[in-house]
Amino acid sequence: MAVHPTTIAVDDPHAGAHGSHDHGGDHPPHLKHYFISSEQQFDAAKLGMWLFLVTEILLFGGMFVAYGIYRSMYPELFVEASTQLNTVMGGINTLVLLASSLTVAWAIRCAQTDNQRGLFWNLVATVCLAGVFMVIKYFEYTHKFHLGIFPGSHYTFFAEGTPFTLPGVEAAAEHGGGHHIPEGELPLTNQRAGLFFSIYYVMTGIHGIHVLIGMIAISTLAVKAWKGKYSSAWYTPVENVGLYWHVVDIIWIFLFPLMYLIS
Amino acid sequence: MEQKGSFWLPPQSSTTAHEIDALFYFILWASVVVMVGVTFFMVYYAWKYRRRSHADRPVEVHPSKALELSWVVVPSLLVLVVFFWGFKTFVSAGIPPDNAYEIRVVAKQWLWEFEYPNGTHSVGDLYVPVGEPVELVMTSTDVLHSFFVPDFRVKHDVVPNRYSTVWFEVKEAGEYQVFCTEYCGTSHSEMYAKVIAVDRGTFNQWLQSGGGGEDLPLPRLGEQLYTQQACVTCHSIDGSVKVGPSWLGHWGQTRPFADGGSAVMDANYVAESITMPQAHIVEGFANAAMPAYPNLTERQLAGIVAYIRELNGDWSAADSVAAASDSTAAPADSAAVPAAAEPVPAE
Amino acid sequence: MSTVATAPARTEPVQRAYPPGHEPVHNYLHEPGPGPDVHGFQRFWEIFKSWATTVDHKRIGVMYLFTISIFFAVAGIAALGVRAELLAPGSQFLTADQYNKLFTFHGVVMVFLFIIPSIPASLGNFILPIQLGAKDVAFPKLNLMSYYLFLTGASIALYAIFSGGIDTGWTFYTPYSDTTNTAVLPMTMAVFVAGFATILTGINFIVTIHKMRAPGLTWNRLPLFIWALYAVSIVQILATPVIGITMVLLALERFIGIGIFDPALGGDPVLFQHFFWFYSHPAVYIMILPAFGVISELMGTFSRQKVFGYRAIALSSVAIAMLGFMVWGHHMFVSGQSPLSSIVFSVITFLIGVPSGIKILNWVATMYKGSVWLATPMLFALAFLFLFTIGGLTGIMVGAIGVDIHLHDTYFVVAHFHYVMMGGTVFAMVGALFYWWPKMFGRMMSETWGRISAVVMFFGFNMTFFTQFILGSQGMPRRYFTYLPQYQDLHVVSTIGSWFLALGLLMVLGNMIWSLFRGKPAPGNPWGAATLEWTHTTSPPDHHNFHRTPLVTHGPYDYDVLFSGDGAGGDGAGGVRIAGQPAPIPDPEVGGPQEMEKSVDQGTSQPDSALD
Repeated sequence: MAVHPTTIAVDDPHAGAHGSHDHGGDHPPHLKHYFISSEQQFDAAKLGMWLFLVTEILLFGGMFVAYGIYRSMYPELFVEASTQLNTVMGGINTLVLLASSLTVAWAIRCAQTDNQRGLFWNLVATVCLAGVFMVIKYFEYTHKFHLGIFPGSHYTFFAEGTPFTLPGVEAAAEHGGGHHIPEGELPLTNQRAGLFFSIYYVMTGIHGIHVLIGMIAISTLAVKAWKGKYSSAWYTPVENVGLYWHVVDIIWIFLFPLMYLIS
Repeated sequence: MEQKGSFWLPPQSSTTAHEIDALFYFILWASVVVMVGVTFFMVYYAWKYRRRSHADRPVEVHPSKALELSWVVVPSLLVLVVFFWGFKTFVSAGIPPDNAYEIRVVAKQWLWEFEYPNGTHSVGDLYVPVGEPVELVMTSTDVLHSFFVPDFRVKHDVVPNRYSTVWFEVKEAGEYQVFCTEYCGTSHSEMYAKVIAVDRGTFNQWLQSGGGGEDLPLPRLGEQLYTQQACVTCHSIDGSVKVGPSWLGHWGQTRPFADGGSAVMDANYVAESITMPQAHIVEGFANAAMPAYPNLTERQLAGIVAYIRELNGDWSAADSVAAASDSTAAPADSAAVPAAAEPVPAE
Repeated sequence: MSTVATAPARTEPVQRAYPPGHEPVHNYLHEPGPGPDVHGFQRFWEIFKSWATTVDHKRIGVMYLFTISIFFAVAGIAALGVRAELLAPGSQFLTADQYNKLFTFHGVVMVFLFIIPSIPASLGNFILPIQLGAKDVAFPKLNLMSYYLFLTGASIALYAIFSGGIDTGWTFYTPYSDTTNTAVLPMTMAVFVAGFATILTGINFIVTIHKMRAPGLTWNRLPLFIWALYAVSIVQILATPVIGITMVLLALERFIGIGIFDPALGGDPVLFQHFFWFYSHPAVYIMILPAFGVISELMGTFSRQKVFGYRAIALSSVAIAMLGFMVWGHHMFVSGQSPLSSIVFSVITFLIGVPSGIKILNWVATMYKGSVWLATPMLFALAFLFLFTIGGLTGIMVGAIGVDIHLHDTYFVVAHFHYVMMGGTVFAMVGALFYWWPKMFGRMMSETWGRISAVVMFFGFNMTFFTQFILGSQGMPRRYFTYLPQYQDLHVVSTIGSWFLALGLLMVLGNMIWSLFRGKPAPGNPWGAATLEWTHTTSPPDHHNFHRTPLVTHGPYDYDVLFSGDGAGGDGAGGVRIAGQPAPIPDPEVGGPQEMEKSVDQGTSQPDSALD
């Protein structure tokens, strides 16, 4: 009988600290007591983050499926409604987010090379670029609200003589009707316009919330980076938030052509 | 064929029912065999290999590849047989014959409305000819419903803004229960209807009469309409409150409205409530969305009024005579029905 | 007694304050906590604080167990109310609206607040790291956060219920859920928030299983309970985000009228069903896969036999998890989806039935030539096999498209999924509780009452739900407040059965409470099991699970190794002996040195000695 379960103690850095909470062993301060090595801890954190990002992709995946279904149901609606979106603003936003992806990648590189200044300023730059994105988004939204482009039944930006057969839409149009249409703006004639903008607002809105969460996370990182908490020995949070930010970015890369560039 | 159901299934009253039942029984008996086998071995092993002493040692068992493979392959084949069989019945029971008689069905909370090719309407009673395929083209005006006749083994969801169909051919004359099987709110469980299968001659006659009830005295007509038009779903006749107010106990009284107004419950008010239910809603029932019934004839409206009066003890034999001798008695009552709800002539 | 092979070179004595096997046990139930000199309210407060802020997976597991038990009880009482109302046609003591709210309450709470977190969040949280030989899950703080998210979701759900209730059924089908004036909005938010808790638990489990296995614990040596939790976690991660976004869309629909599912605005109500079932069908596997894992453990331990077809069971769990994403449309055969998709969904549905069937046969085969001990957990496992087989076979019935047209949305379906969820998951969970209770709380439950409760529950369950198969195939639709008189007899039988079922569950509850105060102190390994939580820790485990990281050298069901004289001690010393005898260890909680089992192959100690 050669095999039997037993225990090993040799690779346990916390062996001396059993039963107490001050882990006074010779392990680095960031190493949690339930991990055996820094490497194990880093791998675990990274795998966890990837799994979380999978759930993010699926969250947006559901909305992309809804988008696909309604686009195939009402192709002409999507072509017409898309003209209401400002391609220039959307394009600038795309560039802004791409730039922020670059700065966040650069920040991770700085952490790996122990460049504390570079880490801090790249994180600050990322937050600022995200801020620019949100400001542009704000102007896009307010302009649409001004015209009466609201989601679903609240949409009122219809051209004269739009043929209504949907009772809910007609009521909404009457309710908000009679407003002044500014020059150069082309109201829509498709009675289902609200449906497109429901999808537009929900998808860009939830994406925007992700940008905001990212800004908060990166700001926190920047504060800690300023205090010198990260180094090449331990920069797991920078790495993980960086991964998150890339995903937020990639989602926008899909949203932009699907919403703005339909023809 | 037999009009009796079995232990498991209701009677087979449509031409396709036996196909579905055959598959049902095949799966049932196959399952019984599997169950008996699993239970037998479970009990037998638990007894045969029971632990007699704490020192008991199990005998090492070498897994048999052949055994494991066999219980992958056999169940797979079995379920594939079931799949193909199910697929076959689905296709044969799903495609209506070309010569099917088409009836349109509108489902709403909580009644079934049927419209026949000649424009005849009925609520709650679906008259069909025996021995002829009938196709129902169904839609809903509010939420999801589902049309289910257990005796025919047919069911399909009824979806707003969409047409769905079921078809069946009834084998014998009789009445068959229709259920709503997609949950649709308060009175989901009372959204009944009946399929009334009659021979072609009777069916044509019924179709010509535009829904029947010609020769009934007014209160009896009203009583019939009470169930036929599914008033029963929301209005009681015993004073208890259901979705809407009871028909008992309010006749001639002043009814307060949700918007602050009020009116005496008389024939005019009852007629208005039937044809334009949203015009005035009694306090406490603001959320009850009664559908409008603009298609009732004047005589039918008068019948309902008469039935309510009779329930409340305000109907005497004299009224009956008057109503019978003077056919204008009823229209006089409903003269004030708004123009929008002008009843459609019966023919 | 066979020779005790002293472990090879690796056991070079490490300098410690205590000799191996004599380390003091820091019972996780009491430590960390206030010292003995703290009294009165102060003491209560300190204990409360130490639990509320704990990141110990064992305490979080116990807190989950306590919380979901409350939801199970509340939703169970709702079920009794539903059954009582159905004693006769017409209104008994509820109005139609109250009835609709009651069955919705039963469904929503049972599904989202009890059965989805049930086994994984409570027993999984407790057992998984110990079975892996880890000191905790990979992200303990996230674990605590997921508990509080669950609690938040549950509070919102309770708010929704007390602010007027919700009457849509647990499926929230549009457009009814768009138009009803009940509290749909908070309930969708509750499901969304509770979903986060599920996702975080899933991430935690996968990372823990991948990265924190003890040395020597290869994938082929993982206990099947771990395999099942692994498969479940995959489903949780992939499916839950979809219900999340569906609930957000539904909430926005009610809140600002976006109309994505509203036919009045061009939306498609059937799309909601697709989204809903894309989550909710895999969710069925979230509910049943952990039960499979439990049954594998029980069949192995109580037959003292290697689980037959270990690999087939392990991999079929993962296969079921994957295939589970491709069958959602079988809930929609009559909804108006295209006939072609119905056919495709039907065929995949049958394919997924096969791995479940294989498992059942493997479990039965595990008893072959074993040494079967019909203790309470085993009785529940056998009841599970019987009930789940019925649940599975009737699944074939409703999976066959032609037959499903007749059975869809009738009591047949109600009976079918109760056989799977109640007869499957709940029976497995009760069995698992009897099995792991001694480990969790250090006390044995009463065997006599345990066996009686198993029989009463089995009887009551079949009486309640078998009648519903007949009701359903006779045409009785589900979610009916009142019904035609021809169905009354069977309804009465079913309702009376529900009382027996409730009685059985009450016995289990009473047994648990009794054992906490009066139960016999549990030895480390009362059942003679071979997985790490039994062989390498005390009952209850130490605050840090293990004194030293275990080294695994055999499979989870290699009972022959156990009987060779080593490792069965449950002494935390993992077979370390002093002078050829197992080292007794002091257990401060049980009082006095805990009696170490004599070596199993002398046949004197295991397993009844702990019970009688």
